[in-house]
Amino acid sequence: MSTGDEIRKPRTFKVDRDVVAWHGRYAPYDLAKEFLIALVVVVILVVGLAVLFGSPDDKPVTVRSWSTADAVDFAQTAATELDGTSGTATYGPPYNVNGTAQSIGPISPAKWMGVHHPIDTAQDFVVGPLSTLPDNPQVTAALNSYKSASATQQAAWTAAYEKAVANATFTHGRLVVPRGNYGPVATLIAEETSMARSGALDGALLSSRQFYGTDYTKPLLFIADGQYLANLADNQHLSGDQWGMMNETGSYPGQAWLWLYTLWYQVPPMNSSSNGDLQVFAIMIVLTLLLAILPFIPGLRSIPRWTRLYRLIWRQHYREVEHGGGTAPVPTG
Amino acid sequence: MTVTDPKTVRADQADLDKAADRPEDAGQWTAKLRTTAVEALPPQKLLPDRQPAYVASWIYVFGVVTVSALLVVIATGLVLAIMGPNWWHVSSTGLFVNSLHLWSVEVFFFAMVVHLWGKFFMAAWRGRRKVTWITGVVSFLVSVGAAFTGYLSQQNFDSQWISTQAKDGINSTGAGAIFNVTNFGQMIMWHITLLPLCVLALVGVHVVMVRLRGVVPPFPAKGEVPGDDPAPATADAEVGA
Repeated sequence: MSTGDEIRKPRTFKVDRDVVAWHGRYAPYDLAKEFLIALVVVVILVVGLAVLFGSPDDKPVTVRSWSTADAVDFAQTAATELDGTSGTATYGPPYNVNGTAQSIGPISPAKWMGVHHPIDTAQDFVVGPLSTLPDNPQVTAALNSYKSASATQQAAWTAAYEKAVANATFTHGRLVVPRGNYGPVATLIAEETSMARSGALDGALLSSRQFYGTDYTKPLLFIADGQYLANLADNQHLSGDQWGMMNETGSYPGQAWLWLYTLWYQVPPMNSSSNGDLQVFAIMIVLTLLLAILPFIPGLRSIPRWTRLYRLIWRQHYREVEHGGGTAPVPTG
Repeated sequence: MTVTDPKTVRADQADLDKAADRPEDAGQWTAKLRTTAVEALPPQKLLPDRQPAYVASWIYVFGVVTVSALLVVIATGLVLAIMGPNWWHVSSTGLFVNSLHLWSVEVFFFAMVVHLWGKFFMAAWRGRRKVTWITGVVSFLVSVGAAFTGYLSQQNFDSQWISTQAKDGINSTGAGAIFNVTNFGQMIMWHITLLPLCVLALVGVHVVMVRLRGVVPPFPAKGEVPGDDPAPATADAEVGA
């Protein structure tokens, strides 16, 4: 049973954990005034920066603008969505089960979580939207022909088309692909390209679930599967090997506070590993945890004392204490 | 006309202040809560007009600058929220308010990072201030999340590119199953409600902890170190406190 007279175990003073209580001088310190001055200075600074530099607002890429600017890239991407070889089609969780989730040894959180935003690229990006086109017997016939063919036949058509579309051109408002045996695939992709250029595909991808849609996952993934978005980003120094997403368009500072996170993507093995994202996150989780619990870690918590930068911060205090000032604190045990 | 004697009013107020001392109110939760709160953080401690003499460096300003910038972030964000997510894309006034929001965020992070490193080099966790340090670090992390979801909610090229790049990192952790960075609706809700509330709550706790524990004293100078002198066996003792 604990009593008030219990003798408490004395504890050794540790300089990186404990402090000597202050019994020295106290000086007037007007917190409210400091806060108001800081607020005014911040407001002036922010207004000045906003007036001088503004903020970037580059127009988003739409499926329409993409297919209008680079119809061949769009058609190539649509073909890979149809035959299931695009980035999204082979992604794995959380979109589908067609790809391998990233892992470190036996640890694969994405695999454990499974598919939460199911996407069948052939159905969701090509067949489904084309099915919404009204009064178009040619598309209906091509869709029926494609859907009734065997998987082997479908793969043969799309493989041949995918190879040919690399040499396609877009002239007089039509996609021109070298002749070959593509079955209905040529019609499907040509019609999909026309649909995209009209703007109808943007709406079809977004409104597949409900009228008031705010989930842009499908159009974004479709656009990101193409080369067009990546080329625009590369021109804006936004690619992964250009310190990627911590930047933003133009010469703005962007998310500079993500520098450490982005740094790991620049160095091996993360910059070439198929598990690079998970490796980077694992490093950052460990580093963040270390920062948070730093006060508990002997050695790490001594760094401030070893670097002696604190003497710069408290130089006036140490001058007074070590050179005979009259306001030194009195350590008491 | 009834004239109230100011002295009587003051006396009544004094009676109320002492309510917790009344024996019949000893068990009252409200009285206990107030007494505990006032004892832990009396007004003089919550808003002190004096600080130890060692609080004399520009580095101390950055905590206040961080809070000031946060207020500007919240104020400009409120205007953007009131006008709706499309406003700043079609209005020059809206674009200016967005610029204010962007630059206040940049100032906020700059001040916060300087504040964090300043506190690191002061070893500001010493003397029962570990919780203060941890709430500061967590505030920084949640602020990064708040800014990140802001970039995802812009509805422009930047948000398209950032979301399609960031999805790989988020998805690899399994969080993508719940936190879908390509879902604009979800991201803007996180950005304007959940994360700002978390940041404000964490910063609030952090500031209260700073006031509760006070500003960390300097490392002992030569001859000040108590050596193996016994200190009270409380966690992270403040020797002589």
